[in-house]
Amino acid sequence: MKWETVIGLEIHAELDTKTKIFCDCPTAFGAAPNQHTCPVCMGLPGTLPVLNQAVVDMAVKAGLALGCEVQTVSKMDRKNYFYPDLPKAYQISQYDLPICTGGSVEIEVNGEKKTIRIHRIHIEEDAGKLIHDEYEPLSYIDYNRVGVPLIEIVSEADMRSPEEAVAYLRAVRAVLQYAGVSDCRMEQGSLRCDGNISLRPYGQEALNEKVELKNINSFKELQKALEKEEKRQMELYSFGEGHKVVQETRRWDAAKGRTISMRTKEDAHDYRYFPEPDLKPILIPEAAIEAARSTLPELPAAKAARFSEAYGLTPKEIAILTGEKALSRFFEETVAAGAGAKAAANWILGDLLRCLKETDIEAEDQPLQAVQLAKLIELVEAGTISGTVGKEVFQEMYDTGKDPEAIVEEKGLKQISGSGELAAIISQVLAANPASVEDYHSGKKQALGFLMGQVMKATGGQANPKMAKEMLEKALQA
Amino acid sequence: MNTTTSTMQEQHHQFITRQASARELTTAALERIAVTEPKVKAYLTVCDAAALEQADRLDRQLAAGEPLGPLAGVPVALKDNMCTDGILTTCASKMLADFVPPYDATVTTQLQAAGAVIVGKTNLDEFAMGSTTENSAYQVTANPWDLTRVPGGSSGGSAAAVAAGTVSLALGSDTGGSIRQPAAFCGVVGLKPTYGLVSRYGLIAFASSLDQIGPMTKNVKDCALALDVLAGHDRRDASSLQYAPTASYTAGLEAPLTGMKAAFPKEYRQEGIDPEIRRVMEETAATLESLGMVIEEVSLPYSDAGLSAYYLISSAEASSNLARFDGIRYGYRPETFENLEELMLKTRSEAFGSEVKRRIMLGTYALSSGYYDAYYHRAQLLRNQIREQFTGIFSTYDLVLGPVTPALPYVQGEKTDNPLEMYLGDIFTVDVNLAGLPALSLPGGFSKSGLPVGVQFIGGHLQESKLLHVAYQLEQTLGLDLTSPVAKEVLK
Repeated sequence: MKWETVIGLEIHAELDTKTKIFCDCPTAFGAAPNQHTCPVCMGLPGTLPVLNQAVVDMAVKAGLALGCEVQTVSKMDRKNYFYPDLPKAYQISQYDLPICTGGSVEIEVNGEKKTIRIHRIHIEEDAGKLIHDEYEPLSYIDYNRVGVPLIEIVSEADMRSPEEAVAYLRAVRAVLQYAGVSDCRMEQGSLRCDGNISLRPYGQEALNEKVELKNINSFKELQKALEKEEKRQMELYSFGEGHKVVQETRRWDAAKGRTISMRTKEDAHDYRYFPEPDLKPILIPEAAIEAARSTLPELPAAKAARFSEAYGLTPKEIAILTGEKALSRFFEETVAAGAGAKAAANWILGDLLRCLKETDIEAEDQPLQAVQLAKLIELVEAGTISGTVGKEVFQEMYDTGKDPEAIVEEKGLKQISGSGELAAIISQVLAANPASVEDYHSGKKQALGFLMGQVMKATGGQANPKMAKEMLEKALQA
Repeated sequence: MNTTTSTMQEQHHQFITRQASARELTTAALERIAVTEPKVKAYLTVCDAAALEQADRLDRQLAAGEPLGPLAGVPVALKDNMCTDGILTTCASKMLADFVPPYDATVTTQLQAAGAVIVGKTNLDEFAMGSTTENSAYQVTANPWDLTRVPGGSSGGSAAAVAAGTVSLALGSDTGGSIRQPAAFCGVVGLKPTYGLVSRYGLIAFASSLDQIGPMTKNVKDCALALDVLAGHDRRDASSLQYAPTASYTAGLEAPLTGMKAAFPKEYRQEGIDPEIRRVMEETAATLESLGMVIEEVSLPYSDAGLSAYYLISSAEASSNLARFDGIRYGYRPETFENLEELMLKTRSEAFGSEVKRRIMLGTYALSSGYYDAYYHRAQLLRNQIREQFTGIFSTYDLVLGPVTPALPYVQGEKTDNPLEMYLGDIFTVDVNLAGLPALSLPGGFSKSGLPVGVQFIGGHLQESKLLHVAYQLEQTLGLDLTSPVAKEVLK
């Protein structure tokens, strides 16, 4: 029997507001534990939440950017459960009336385009973080993250493979970044995702029992976790143990590379949702929705179309460049600084991505300035340095942040392009290798390669190879 | 100088005319507390030092000719579920035995800014759940009119503090009658304002959609003056109304009542009400008619349903509001525990009293998946019907007249074993909270045995002025002596 994989994702994105959702504490990442807390986000008795309007505005923007219908009436609800990272013992979220419904994004996997539908987007507050002592049986709680605003984007179960799920997550991330509502940094936890996956025989309409995967922190882990769970379910079905696929929540253990059951349907929480009595319903006038729509920045699809028209790049290049806001911005800045589009794209997609990967740095943290890359491109194109040396300069520039000209100067990497200097070296090489000269004249053209090598060696690799070859051939024919 | 029977207005007057310093007024209040407390037990905390400090500050301000607020020099008390920065706030629960909030409730700030001197925090039913103040984890408060009886609840401490003459203003909170019922039992004036008129910020929540803070005073004018200080929008409370009164609530109190119309629901005159209370009600209606008011009988068919809707909604909200008390961050923590679950379980099992546990269980059940529609949702529908019922009445009438309670103050211990019977005592007060309306409890007379009997005026949305107006006129006409035996003793 052939099996079809069905995947839906729940994406949590932290909204990029300055202050938390219900109080005035800052949302900045990386502060000392419990630095960004106050009686309100700590849920101290008697305190009350007041909804930050910026959260509503950003959620509206996110919804519009993802093609959703923004609801003029929505409300906040309480989701009740006990856990030490949740100081009120309820999370203020949205239950039956979310702020946005519908929507979709386009993905492309193996050249095939597909639309993934979005079911809903709702607003909620983030919880704190438990930190377990490695040596003592002690746990600490950092409440800095409590009350950081989140949107949860729930997809329809439209994905049919882990690859599609990853492509969807990337597409949503790009839209949120472009819309300016979230920095979507998975490594900092500002973008998180849970995956729902089930398998069914091809042609079957009804969905089988699904498993929810939690604790997925990167695109790579999402791919791995879904593959692993897909395989686990497939094996159970294949060996007649399909009944063992039960609706449950499983935690992805990245270190062990496997999923571990957290809870099954029987002991699922009853969250006892009810309308949050401390907050009024959220009313958004149509006019405000239209105003937000008219101020939406350029989104990935529009940018891709423009790149294709303006720069003549390949679809694959465009997809990678526009897939991350930081990359597309860097590309456009480099072009604006005077570099050719093709060259800029080549450097960014080649050397920059390689460096980022090697140093494990995210695109938005990359250390280069667009003017530096534009200058480097100019140096190579003018023949001041060779392409090979250019790569070396790029690496140095990436590592140290120095300007390309300074690096070329410091390391004496300039190509020897002065014909006088080069001519002298060539005559020395010819004089020192009479046998090869003889070979060349007797028709063994490979001798030219050897002599070229000797010229490059004598110049310490700084000879402009094109010029050196021309001069060498001329000298041999003389 | 007679400071025992002084009203708020008189105390303030004594201060600004320099007949008494704030320190003298405060010291006198602290002395009255010292004398009456052994019998009444209205206070959980008496904050002598902080009070005298504030009093001295006021004396300096007066001497320096600085501007002073409308309550300057007046000693006041707060129910111990309102947060006071640096002062113990317990909710009369073992759970918060050592809880000192690092912030003030908005009402605390408002009172202090108006120049009031907070002399103490008053007893209540634990987390404001109860009608006798016997559910306090710390002490049983006595009714200053009869020390064997309860002062009512849950703001029983505040009512008793005023009735014993220790302060002229105490704040209470009212979720289903918790200001009005103890006001009636103790012979003081109690106002539950329109939901959202007074900020809830810093009031430790029982049922968020019903809770409202209000003043408890010796007379109607003081009540109006206190409301002037408390009413208004607070940006820290999202349920606070975008409303600012344009004039003092004392404006127009002297006007005649001629032409005003009151509805007297027939459901409020039924069997089951203590005959003494029925007598006071009929007398009140007659007096109001003699003052030129028109009183007509109406029907409130949903008034019976209010009680069940109230207990479902308030318990549901309470089950969520009280979930934060888990022993992790503050408050009670058990001596020993093996793991997280045990820490939470033991904290809540050991530190909550039985009434609080009962409501948490009821509320948790009502919100549970599969029961939500049958209980919580249905209760909300009833709530809407009750609200609409009142809206209909207020399109024709200025106010609704009724009793506050079906019974006279209970003897201590009389109702403690029968929670259901206790809940029935809230029948005339809970609808007001469900509808978010203002209501005032005014002493309307006495039983033959000399116990105070309250009457209730219910008004339309933000119609506090009308309630105060009618109550003031009735109060002036009746001219009752509301000095309780305890307060009289202090006088001697």
